[in-house]
Amino acid sequence: MRFLADTWIVFVRAMRLSLRQPLWVAIGLMQPILYLTLFGPLLVPLAATPGFPEGDAWTIFVPGLLVQLGIFGGLFVGFGIIAEWRSGVIERMLVTPASRTALIAGRVLRDVVVLVVQAIVLMGCAWLFGLRITPAAFVLALVMIALLGAAFSSFSYAMGLVTKSEDAFAPLVNSLALPVLLLSGILLPMSLAPDWLQAIANANPFKHIVEAMRAVFRGEVASLIVGLGLGLALALIAAFGWLGARVMARQTR
Amino acid sequence: MPAPFQGGRTIIEARGLRRTYTGRGKAVEAVRGVDLSVRAGEIVGFLGPNGAGKTTTLKMLCPLLEPTGGEAVVAGCNLRTDPVGVRRSIGYVSQAGSTAPEARAGEEIVSQARLYGIDTGTAETRARALLADLDLADVWDRPCGSLSGGQRRRLDIVMGLIHQPELVFLDEPSTGLDPQSRANLWTHIRKLRDDMGTTVFLTTHYMDEADALADRILIIDQGGIVAEGTPAELKKRVAGDAVTLTLREPAHADAAAAAAGRLPGADAPAVEGNVVRLHVPEGGAALPHLLAELTRAGIDAIGVEINRPTLDDVFLTLTGRSLRE
Repeated sequence: MRFLADTWIVFVRAMRLSLRQPLWVAIGLMQPILYLTLFGPLLVPLAATPGFPEGDAWTIFVPGLLVQLGIFGGLFVGFGIIAEWRSGVIERMLVTPASRTALIAGRVLRDVVVLVVQAIVLMGCAWLFGLRITPAAFVLALVMIALLGAAFSSFSYAMGLVTKSEDAFAPLVNSLALPVLLLSGILLPMSLAPDWLQAIANANPFKHIVEAMRAVFRGEVASLIVGLGLGLALALIAAFGWLGARVMARQTR
Repeated sequence: MPAPFQGGRTIIEARGLRRTYTGRGKAVEAVRGVDLSVRAGEIVGFLGPNGAGKTTTLKMLCPLLEPTGGEAVVAGCNLRTDPVGVRRSIGYVSQAGSTAPEARAGEEIVSQARLYGIDTGTAETRARALLADLDLADVWDRPCGSLSGGQRRRLDIVMGLIHQPELVFLDEPSTGLDPQSRANLWTHIRKLRDDMGTTVFLTTHYMDEADALADRILIIDQGGIVAEGTPAELKKRVAGDAVTLTLREPAHADAAAAAAGRLPGADAPAVEGNVVRLHVPEGGAALPHLLAELTRAGIDAIGVEINRPTLDDVFLTLTGRSLRE
């Protein structure tokens, strides 16, 4: 299939370029690691307080960090495509018979690979701090991170191609990132919040994804919360994937 | 001498191509109803000042831009119904760059070739040959950003030719090239036509490039084609060669001008001091007669200059403006 072959070609090129600049991968990982090592230990004595969900500090906190990694890691890749547009790389690929969707999908796949590697490193560090989860939970968490990252990466590329300018793109993603972060219960669970704030947070799909991942870390696999989280992640990737492909195809309008 | 056309089949047939950009409520018609016809194996020059609509027309044929109106069949495929078919058969080298600064030159070429379905081995062999042809033999492992402007331009050209397309669009190919590279590039373009029967459609605002390379020239101005023909045909349409006659005595100027004005096809001569300027077709043939007549009249001409019309003169005649404006 043409699409798969083209996706692979785009992925290989993108991956090769990323491997040559491991600094960005390391920087992307730094934020969650800093939160883990400098903020996480503060939660340990708090974990038993009423209002906190079930589990110890790490099974509550690390899912939040993983979702943060997925969202932020995905959201900022758009800068890369703006640079590629400016250097003429996107145009030179658009002039080939390659599938328009593959031009996005290959890049998204690269972002997912990078994200999964970062997630493994993060969970490795968390294990050093005392996180203990089942292998099934580990794999399921990676799947959810991959889906989330793919969704945000597609969204970011779409916005990057629409704005074509760092000056327009940066405020856009920054203004989205912070409310999402605060309303997802990443740093502290939303169960601590007053009712009105909890109501707002419930409208945020990422809050449910974080809760789903917390459930997975607790050992649940086939529960309602997990199903909801996975379902939302799949819906997001379908929506944003479609958006990304459409924006890329419209570049020749 | 241009090589004879191969095949004679039409490789581009466009009718009424139109492109309007709308922004902030204002519509700008960049291309307004372009008709063009290109035969396989010819080098066509698309000549016009900046902003004439050359790049926009080119992009519509690639297709990188959807036409607002009009139809075209490029390399046997209909632009609107089969754009992928068109993309498979054509190459395009943009006016700006096409490579990522941090990527290695060789890798970029091979990656691009693979998007055309060429396997890595063939791509690498072809790429190295093309790089050598364009004087880029040592750049394989170098990051594209470390190459000079001219080298990068030639690299872009290699990327556009790697899949050996039957039709190649070159947008201002020699911009930023030093004279040596330019001459080299021209040789390469001619080789493409002569050895491989490739059709080359190039845009340029350099007269000498259009003159030297093109079998046929299409002159575009303000979104429309104003003239087409071989360089020789186009120049014939201008009011002939420019003759400048310098006389020893300014007093003889009017008599000399009268004599010159009697030459067949001459326009009204202009007199400035001891210099007479006029246009006459076939200046080389008319000159001996003129000089003989002046000698018979006892008028001493101390200098004469004939300037063949340039494509800028053609453009000036057709539009009232210079190509350089």
